[in-house]
Amino acid sequence: MSEAFARPEIRKPKNNVFKKTKVLTDNVLHYCPGCGHGVVHRLVAEVIDEMGIQEKTIGIAPVGCAVMAYNYFDIDMQEAAHGRAPALATAIKRMLPEKFVFTYQGDGDLAAIGTAETIHAVNRGEKIVIIFINNGIYGMTGGQMAPTTLKGMPTSTSPYGRDIQTMGNPLKITELVAQLPGAYYVTRQSVHTPVNARKAKNAIKKAFENQAKGCGVSFIEVVSNCNSGWKLSPVKANEWMEQNMFPFYPLGDIKVDGELVK
Amino acid sequence: MAKIVGDVVINVERCKGCGVCVTGCPKDVLTLGKEVNGKGYNFVVKQNDECIGCANCAMICPDVVLTVYRTKIEE
Repeated sequence: MSEAFARPEIRKPKNNVFKKTKVLTDNVLHYCPGCGHGVVHRLVAEVIDEMGIQEKTIGIAPVGCAVMAYNYFDIDMQEAAHGRAPALATAIKRMLPEKFVFTYQGDGDLAAIGTAETIHAVNRGEKIVIIFINNGIYGMTGGQMAPTTLKGMPTSTSPYGRDIQTMGNPLKITELVAQLPGAYYVTRQSVHTPVNARKAKNAIKKAFENQAKGCGVSFIEVVSNCNSGWKLSPVKANEWMEQNMFPFYPLGDIKVDGELVK
Repeated sequence: MAKIVGDVVINVERCKGCGVCVTGCPKDVLTLGKEVNGKGYNFVVKQNDECIGCANCAMICPDVVLTVYRTKIEE
């Protein structure tokens, strides 16, 4: 296949400014087109690569869309029971304190079935990194309502929109864990634009550096899209997220170096 | 005068045609093509040669499709 507008003369290793990091495997990600999971996977892998901790990092895969994250990271990974990733991370970090341990969880895993494990792991101040992907829906199982689903948002189990009277309020678990003394760094990011993706990468890097210093939990929420669950095209889903998710889940740092900033 | 030029290499078989990179490109270099890849997705193609190698497209590509090169050339 001929390639239009190619500049083969500048395709030299010294001119390379972006390529796939070696911490990601060559497997094609199974996520839907446009899903934020792929970007967050890559950012985590790039941070691990840049810090040179590929051999020292252990990741915990959740149950949810990211259940097969271990296929994509070329590091040691462990699969946790649904919601129990922070408990497993606690065990691994205590057994192997010189390793870097992170969990990678969605909102159905971390904010629903794993609420207790999350809150207690943060409250104990375990020296782990928690990466929390919030798309306001159970994406993997068919777009059911999650605790983080917005008010009035239609899902397959709330087809007329989430009714606060009968279905409760959306859960801001990031603000909740920020109140706990064990949380050292709590932030909310997104990855739908280049600027936000770069900020999210810096946040992930800061979280791993905190772990190297032996500080408490670093908790990074990434507000992400679920274009299949939201029944929108990838680009439209990102626009919908900006208009509807961000007013309720505002981006920015919530707790930095153990001090609440918001 | 020196000019920054860039090039983006598209791994066609990894692309899922989501079009997120198209929104991230400041020079409108990328667009979704009419051809499909092995999975049946309309993969992304280049429509001009104005790439500046900013790597914004690669930064938001969920499937690590793109490799970006940048250099300075004298004119």
